Amino acid sequence: MRFRNIGIVYRKELVDSLRDRRTLISMIVVPLLLMPLLTIGLGALSAKLIGQAMQETPKVMVLGGEDSPRVQAALAALPDVSIVPAQPDYAEEISSKQIRAAVEIPEGFDVKLARGEPMQVKIYMYEGDLKSSFGADRLQKFFRDLRDRAIRERLEARQIPGSLIRPFEIQQQNVAPAEKVGGAILGGLVPYFVILLCLTGAMYPAMDLTAGEKERGTMETLLCSPVSRTHLVMGKFLMVLTASLATAVLSITSMAFSFGMGKKLLLGMARGAADAALQITITFKSVLLVFIMVLPLAVLFSAALLAISLFAKSFKEAQSYISPLMIVVVLPAVAALLPGVELNAALSLVPVLNTSLVSKEIVAGTYHWKYLALIFASSCIYAAAALAIAVRLFQREDVLFRT
Amino acid sequence: MIEALNLVKRFRDKNRGEVRAVDRVSFQCRPGEIYGLLGANGAGKTTTLRLLATILEPSEGTALVAGYDVKKHPEKVRSSVGFLSTATALYGRLSAEEMVEYFGRLHGLDEPTLRRRLDGLFDRLEMNDFRDRRCDKLSTGMKQKVSIARTLVHDPSVMIFDEPTLGLDVMAARTIVGFIRQCRAQGKTVLFSTHVMSEAEKLCDRIGIIHGGRLLAEGTLSELRGRYGKQDLEEIFVEVVEQ
Repeated sequence: MRFRNIGIVYRKELVDSLRDRRTLISMIVVPLLLMPLLTIGLGALSAKLIGQAMQETPKVMVLGGEDSPRVQAALAALPDVSIVPAQPDYAEEISSKQIRAAVEIPEGFDVKLARGEPMQVKIYMYEGDLKSSFGADRLQKFFRDLRDRAIRERLEARQIPGSLIRPFEIQQQNVAPAEKVGGAILGGLVPYFVILLCLTGAMYPAMDLTAGEKERGTMETLLCSPVSRTHLVMGKFLMVLTASLATAVLSITSMAFSFGMGKKLLLGMARGAADAALQITITFKSVLLVFIMVLPLAVLFSAALLAISLFAKSFKEAQSYISPLMIVVVLPAVAALLPGVELNAALSLVPVLNTSLVSKEIVAGTYHWKYLALIFASSCIYAAAALAIAVRLFQREDVLFRT
Repeated sequence: MIEALNLVKRFRDKNRGEVRAVDRVSFQCRPGEIYGLLGANGAGKTTTLRLLATILEPSEGTALVAGYDVKKHPEKVRSSVGFLSTATALYGRLSAEEMVEYFGRLHGLDEPTLRRRLDGLFDRLEMNDFRDRRCDKLSTGMKQKVSIARTLVHDPSVMIFDEPTLGLDVMAARTIVGFIRQCRAQGKTVLFSTHVMSEAEKLCDRIGIIHGGRLLAEGTLSELRGRYGKQDLEEIFVEVVEQ
């Protein structure tokens, strides 16, 4: 009888919610559209922009160097930069992105170079601008090559081996599997969106099934039924949880699909530039594990949202209570994205942040079973507490009939 | 049968402190009788009816409804009561049939009984034309019928109406009044609240005048007329309240 009643309430709430356009949008449309848009759309856009920036021949200005025809000629012969006539307002032109960079050649460069006198070459650029840094990089490479060549010639003239100034070479090599490299780059983002969508998916039905019912006057009708209030709130809770999980499942599925599609698409476009970021392989095991870890979090969100909106008199009031909650959830989820925030025993007890961190690791292919168990257990405790509060609130007359 | 025994309901109010919305209210309403609770807005009518329908819990005292104590067996009380008020709205996204069906299920009816009751109610209340139409697309009169069907689906022996005609047009109000009389004819215990004197005069077998949370006078219309020496119920009401 007990479960029958919860089932009756749940089934009605499900039918009712599925007929509501707003619930459908937050539960189905948003996750199905947002993930492909984020991965393929945003990825394609950035790959395209980087590709474009790399393909552009940057305009650079050469300042001075009139007395050094050799370096002038070598610069002019560079195929991947385009030299524009020198102007005194070069700094202004770089800032306004008329030109990408400028190089200042000291007086008597050719002569001093031949004599081996010290000098300084200055490159001017727009810090943080991608195209400017490409231009400056090319100028820097040119002068570094020139310097290396000069050193080699001087050493050879004195018959000294090159290894004197380069006793050893340094080589940096990645040994982490490609999926982990990709995981570190994109992995942080994935759980962040899953957690956020879990919350947004539950938000609308939670408000509709409580404050919305109060506002529309159906709450009193429902309370006339002989079903106990605990069963009523459990039926409602299960519906909110369904919406939250449906949003999460759809977003995980659509994310996996988008990555599959996006990888092929983007590898072609980015011409190798974004290779590392795209080398992400989401396995079925990691998807399943992320889902299991998110499960208690979805219960926590659903119960907390239900309790908060139950307290509100109207839909509008519920919205004003829930908006700050968004920040409370987003902050720890964002904190997990920060570099250097690593999973430890203390952080495993912080709700939301723990799930966000561990999901990041799971997506990257690392499984800390000890932490996984600790996080799952602590999340379950928080979820149970939130659910108990929601059930208690539903028994209170001053909450149900708040005026 | 309804038997209110010294019902008290206290609320905590931010400005006024503790408020006694219902103060030691006792009365009886028998099967086949319409008992009208007459009072101005804020007199404590709605709270009294909510206590009897076990939507609220009494602070002190108790009541027996259909033989069950409201404090000890609220679920059994609700199974025996049909509660209708202007505040008991319908689920707009459910159809008329789904709405009544939902409450039939919540009352624990098995499928064959539920089907039989639904067909009976939809025929009797002439609701078959809009059986599949969503409640938010129905006219006020149609909505009233759905609400009536909702209160009757579990065939309760006690009916409680809280200002059921409030805000209704003449035709919709007539439907409700006719329905209340039918309930009495079927031997149900009928309790209803109103602030409309003419409605109380027309419908009630016995009247209780409630003011400031207290039941100040009760009796049949002729008893009240005799006691206060006045013919008009409104005059009687004013005198009782001013005493």
